[in-house]
Amino acid sequence: MVLLTLLAAITVGIIRTRNLFAVVVLSGAYSFLMASVMIILDAVDVAMTEASVGAGISTVLVLGALYLTKIHEDPPRFSAAIPLIVCVATGAMLIYGTWDLPPFGTADQPVNIHVGAHYIAESARETDIPNIVTAVLASYRGFDTLGEVTVVFTAGIGVLLLLKRWGDA
Amino acid sequence: MILDVILRVAAKMFIPFILMFGLYVQLHGDFGPGGGFQAGVIIAAAVILYAIVFGKDAATRVVPKWAVEQMVPLGVLIFAGVGVWSMINGGEYLNYNVLLHAGEPIGTYDAVHGQHWGVFLVEIGVLVTVTGTMLTIFYSFTGRGRPQ
Repeated sequence: MVLLTLLAAITVGIIRTRNLFAVVVLSGAYSFLMASVMIILDAVDVAMTEASVGAGISTVLVLGALYLTKIHEDPPRFSAAIPLIVCVATGAMLIYGTWDLPPFGTADQPVNIHVGAHYIAESARETDIPNIVTAVLASYRGFDTLGEVTVVFTAGIGVLLLLKRWGDA
Repeated sequence: MILDVILRVAAKMFIPFILMFGLYVQLHGDFGPGGGFQAGVIIAAAVILYAIVFGKDAATRVVPKWAVEQMVPLGVLIFAGVGVWSMINGGEYLNYNVLLHAGEPIGTYDAVHGQHWGVFLVEIGVLVTVTGTMLTIFYSFTGRGRPQ
């Protein structure tokens, strides 16, 4: 609860401030709080990714991008009414969608009765890897992970195409 | 910043430990939290710290640009290559059970050992691509200089 309150406070801070440097630092703090939330939910692997990618690398990369542009955000040229309506409508639809989800942590929901039970029961015997997350990520769902790596690859290629100076290698 | 003695000494002390921690996260991912994605980011962070403290030219001498650019597709190739290898051995794409032949009897596979090798190689592929991409993005952003 404390964490969620802090998250809300940081979100308001990010929206209110016009200093982009402060926004970058605040979003780093936001990522660290998200990582703490993930630890409370016992998702240590996700927490680690959030802390290293969200708080670490993306802060540095956005600072690098900030170095190329101005520190201060211009005052908005258009009214915020239409974006606000779109955001509120989308948020309301998402919250409406969560009403149909089974209560958090119940044993008989589809997540827990389909392949999850097999992973928990058999992954140690089939792969001999104690960390079930790694076994699922790299072995059972290897094709998905290949897709994720391809996404990272595509991002790298995209940045290279846009920003590389082909003259001086 | 380049003349700041405390920063330089502290960074020099930290970087080996960051690299070691990255390797720990990579190779210990089977047993604890972690894996190629996290380790790749941590190792990239070590190089970025070096670049921030000692300047980008020093960093590109240690980790040259062409190397990180080739790491981006290399990792995907390692990952996809494991899949092709399992197909050559007669299994489905990315089926690690058939990666290694058991000695006896002929024609059978050492499934658990194959899973170990498959996960290990695939995580290395992830590490290579993630590290390469992060450093490529970093070098591209910092290499442009400030527009006047």
